[in-house]
Amino acid sequence: MIAYVRNIQDACASIFDGMAVTFSHLFRRPITVQYPDRIPRRIQETLPDRTRGHLEVDLDICISCRACEKACPIECIVIEDVRIPKDSVAGVDGKETARVKEPTRFDINLYKCMYCGLCVEPCPTGAIRFTKEFEGATDDLSRLHLRFVTPERREVVLRKGEGYEREQAEKARKKAEAAAKPEGGKQVDPPAAGEESKEGDKE
Amino acid sequence: MQQLLDRFIESRGWTGDWAIELVYFLGMLFFAVALLLVVVTPFTGIVSWAERRIAARMQSRVGPNRVGPQGILQWAADGLKCILKEDLIPEDADRILFTAAPYLVFCGLFGAFAVLPFSEHLVIADLDAGAFYVMAITSLVPLGIIMSGWASNNKWSLLGGMRSAAQIISYEIPAALSLLAVVLAAGTLSLQGIIRAQGWSPADWFLFRNPFLFTGFFYFFVANLAEGNRTPFDLPEAESELVAGYSTEYSGMRFAFFMLAEWANLYVVASVVNVAFLGGWNVPPIAEGVVLTILQMVVFAAKSLVLVFVIIWVRWTLPRLRVDQMMLLCWKYLVPLSFLNVLGTAVWMMIVPEGSAAGRVASWLLVLVGLSLSGLFGLRVRKNLKDADVGRLYLNPFS
Repeated sequence: MIAYVRNIQDACASIFDGMAVTFSHLFRRPITVQYPDRIPRRIQETLPDRTRGHLEVDLDICISCRACEKACPIECIVIEDVRIPKDSVAGVDGKETARVKEPTRFDINLYKCMYCGLCVEPCPTGAIRFTKEFEGATDDLSRLHLRFVTPERREVVLRKGEGYEREQAEKARKKAEAAAKPEGGKQVDPPAAGEESKEGDKE
Repeated sequence: MQQLLDRFIESRGWTGDWAIELVYFLGMLFFAVALLLVVVTPFTGIVSWAERRIAARMQSRVGPNRVGPQGILQWAADGLKCILKEDLIPEDADRILFTAAPYLVFCGLFGAFAVLPFSEHLVIADLDAGAFYVMAITSLVPLGIIMSGWASNNKWSLLGGMRSAAQIISYEIPAALSLLAVVLAAGTLSLQGIIRAQGWSPADWFLFRNPFLFTGFFYFFVANLAEGNRTPFDLPEAESELVAGYSTEYSGMRFAFFMLAEWANLYVVASVVNVAFLGGWNVPPIAEGVVLTILQMVVFAAKSLVLVFVIIWVRWTLPRLRVDQMMLLCWKYLVPLSFLNVLGTAVWMMIVPEGSAAGRVASWLLVLVGLSLSGLFGLRVRKNLKDADVGRLYLNPFS
């Protein structure tokens, strides 16, 4: 009998408490973020710094080392490049890195990408990185096939490549001349071989 | 209503019984259909919207707020969607029973609107056995639910239907017994008579008439929740166990009928509790004529809507009972206690005659008890808000 009454008492007390909890929630601000339209700022601006959004490449500091291409487990990155006259670029951390190649093509297939971040890790200059952009919905898949090297940029890079070839040809010619003077017509082959390898690079 | 029709017949100079009968019949039919179409259906829709908004706020969400101002037309969009959906009938289903079941559920609940008053004179039919009629006509609902469960030829549906039957048969007893105590106090089964036996001040309500009726209010409320398959007694459609219970196989408009009935039931339960315990449309004698009728409608609707809110609130607070707990609550607690109630009310009426000084004192004491319970509740809510460190209260009911 005592247990019976205590059951009733417990039920009433717990319902009373529970109702008070839910009622108190009526006076609290909802925490819903009404994406995409009823928000004060674009949602991208409010995301945390390490957000893995779409990938982005800063071609001005890319040294075309192909570390990202090798790291990608699903091969959604495709790079083609040419040798250029050696210079150096400052990475995102300010460290100077030597650059001997520049991409003539740098494609990322975002519809294959799984946002694992393995390409971002090995990049020596920080050229490839995540943005906070994530709204990739589209009715045209080719829009997700990002081509970072524009045709104009490709022209510029190719011209740089030609400059490198001329430089190399010049060097080889000088070397050959220098070699020809003391020994005379012995080394004719190396410049030709050099030409061939450069043509391979260009393609 | 009757006077209106009489005047109409006189003005036309019609004679003969058949013409009068026909006018009565058509007039009543027109009024009933107009009531269902114009008042009840939008009401159930708006209640469904309100329920979703209130539930959302209780869970720190926003709820539907895009269709129309603050999402108030969400129900219309949902209804339209249901009409456009394909009306599927499973191949092995019993076609006749399957198609008939939603309408039976719908009729059972909307039939109850025939005796529910809106004001002193605005009522479709003031039956002498109104309370009995409400209990009887809403019993069509489990019939429809079992029918849909059986005809679907689906184990989830059947289980849902059986549970519903068990539940409603069990809870009919405490509900009827609690209503019986009210009938004892009022001396009539007519819903209008029950309201007239109460007064406008809370002390005149049956809720505070005597301690037995005070507890009887809670038994009646809980039993009605269970009869209406509302949480915490929504075992027939327990989605974690039975998919959607008896309505698993239904789609399109047939499914919408079940939903419509569910929310119409909210208002039926609220108004019956209102009539039996909260004084219905009783207002202080400060107006007459049309103003009085409007005032009564407002008071009745306000009380009913507060109860609708409480039902919604209970739904989003309490978890679902287990089947055995549901039966335990009914047979071990509600049934004996409501028997005690009937007995207690009868004895109280013998010892303390109606309108005596002792009765008035007891009523006002009970009002005090009710007020102090509300006060305690307010303190409890304040403590919760303080514990949660809410800071400034967010009182905007929208957004």
